[in-house]
Amino acid sequence: MNALDWIVLLGTMIGIAAYGVWRTRDVHSLNTYLKGNQSTGWWTIGLSVMATQASAITFLSIPGQGFESGIGFVQNYFGLPLALIVVCAVFLPIYRRLGVYTAYEFLCRRFDGKTRLLSAGLFLVQRGLAAGVTIYAPAIIIATVLGWRLDLTIIFTGLLVIVYTVTGGSAAVSLTQKWQMAVIFGGMVTAFIVLLTKMPAGLGFGGAAHVAGAMGKLEAVDFSLNTDRRYTLWTGLLGGFFLSLSYFGTDQSQVQRYIGGAALREGRLGLMFNALLKIPMQFSILLLGALVFVFYQFEKPPVFFNQTEWRHHEQGANAATFHALDEKFNAAFAEKQTKIRAWLETREAHDAVAETAARAAMLESQTRAGAIRAEAKAALVADDPRAKTKDSDYVFITFIIDNLPHGVIGLLVAVMFAAALGSKASELNALGTTTTIDLWRHFRPLAAHDEARNVRAAKWFTAMWGLVAIAFALYASLAENLIEAINILGSIFYGVVLGIFLVAFFLRRIGGTAVFWAAVTAQVLIFVLFFFYKDRVAYLWYNLIGCVACVLFSVVLQLLLGQKAEKPHAA
Amino acid sequence: MKSPPADPSTPDESPRVPGFRTWRGIYLFVFAFFVLVVVLLALFSRYFA
Repeated sequence: MNALDWIVLLGTMIGIAAYGVWRTRDVHSLNTYLKGNQSTGWWTIGLSVMATQASAITFLSIPGQGFESGIGFVQNYFGLPLALIVVCAVFLPIYRRLGVYTAYEFLCRRFDGKTRLLSAGLFLVQRGLAAGVTIYAPAIIIATVLGWRLDLTIIFTGLLVIVYTVTGGSAAVSLTQKWQMAVIFGGMVTAFIVLLTKMPAGLGFGGAAHVAGAMGKLEAVDFSLNTDRRYTLWTGLLGGFFLSLSYFGTDQSQVQRYIGGAALREGRLGLMFNALLKIPMQFSILLLGALVFVFYQFEKPPVFFNQTEWRHHEQGANAATFHALDEKFNAAFAEKQTKIRAWLETREAHDAVAETAARAAMLESQTRAGAIRAEAKAALVADDPRAKTKDSDYVFITFIIDNLPHGVIGLLVAVMFAAALGSKASELNALGTTTTIDLWRHFRPLAAHDEARNVRAAKWFTAMWGLVAIAFALYASLAENLIEAINILGSIFYGVVLGIFLVAFFLRRIGGTAVFWAAVTAQVLIFVLFFFYKDRVAYLWYNLIGCVACVLFSVVLQLLLGQKAEKPHAA
Repeated sequence: MKSPPADPSTPDESPRVPGFRTWRGIYLFVFAFFVLVVVLLALFSRYFA
């Protein structure tokens, strides 16, 4: 990165944060601090919901996913529009009518204090740990590639987000997210255009898409019922629906984004905006990754994209092994390029028989190159069992640094940081709000009447969670395992929390005691599955199992208790 | 301190979006758009396979 990149990067990051602080410096009302300005329109809400979900990992990992496995991952989002319709029609009107600050406050009105504390506690544990990863995961990748100090990167981004989130609360979060999304959209469109200009002359988008398609990178929809496949239309619809319903309907970091605004209409339109745009947006990011794959069919890629890790091994005791792998990969790449060009020529000649043979030869050479990459990863582990072998997260950032012009590099790195700051800010805002409303005020009810004290408490709790996240990020040691661990952690708790909310909304005869013990039992069941049947039940199923178990146990327990416990002011 | 104001707007009020008189219409539109996107993605995959 040169001076121009630094100006673009720091100007964007600090400029947006400073703008957020300046515009919200006079926020003294608890309602504005926790829910944002009453005048917030659907456009801002929609972008804020989108920015909360789109973390930096979205823009680092998803192009890598498109590069490595193709665009089939888009099916993961198929349940999202359907879940958002349910949130819009059922969840949001009730939150708005009750005027709650948090989703868990609703549970107190519908059930009782212990159910509220259980749900808020599960959220704080899960989201509190995830908050550290939101900073750490992109920082480790960007710091590794650019040679920055990891600790300083974490501390700088962590403190920056704390400053504006603590100052202006929800109002600052929504305001800054709007501009961060503008940077993200601008950066990704620029990357797309520059990438197309870097393709070989005459190939164009159509030709590049045909190369990607022929190499199996553009299979977006898989209708098969094969349970071995990770991403299919059916897993996307079913698993994606429950995951999205839980995330958008019950996770305070999302609920807080849409319960504010001038009227119910604004929140609803903001959610529908996401229901329409989310799949096309994820498709575009995956397609970008697939096109980066095509780019690297004509421009030699490194055998392993985490080049810092590779060079470290290349200079070690087994240098000869790694040099030999480099040579082998170079030869395979040259051969593959010849085969691809031969295939393109047969396509242009409209010779079907020759094209079939050329395609087979091309795929064979692709398999050989893939095998060498696998061999390289095995060599890394043989050299050091602790070596990190997942390099797909490094694909897009490597492409950016090596191939984009200065200024655009700064803009694209700013995209990663804008995404990290946007999602981080929502998390801190939600953690601070839940701690204030569901814990602090619950245990100190007299303090609830002092508005200024409430705002001060919310600021302190937000800052505290920000510092916890920085500390967690600083002491976290393994990026790839940690990300998966946090995903597993989310799945362990999400299903049960969703079950509690579904009972609250749809089974009005069930009371607080039944749902509380049902939730505890369902959570124990998920722990049993996690600790004893980890190999038999994939963790994504915990969402569905936890939810269904919580609902069923609630019904059974209520039948055993034999009393209706609906509260008079329940939804 | 006052409790947060409850929203006086009702779930059945008009969405005030040109071409739509009810929220049900908007939900149907979003669902139809989702189906269209899935169909287009399937066609895209088949075309470039």
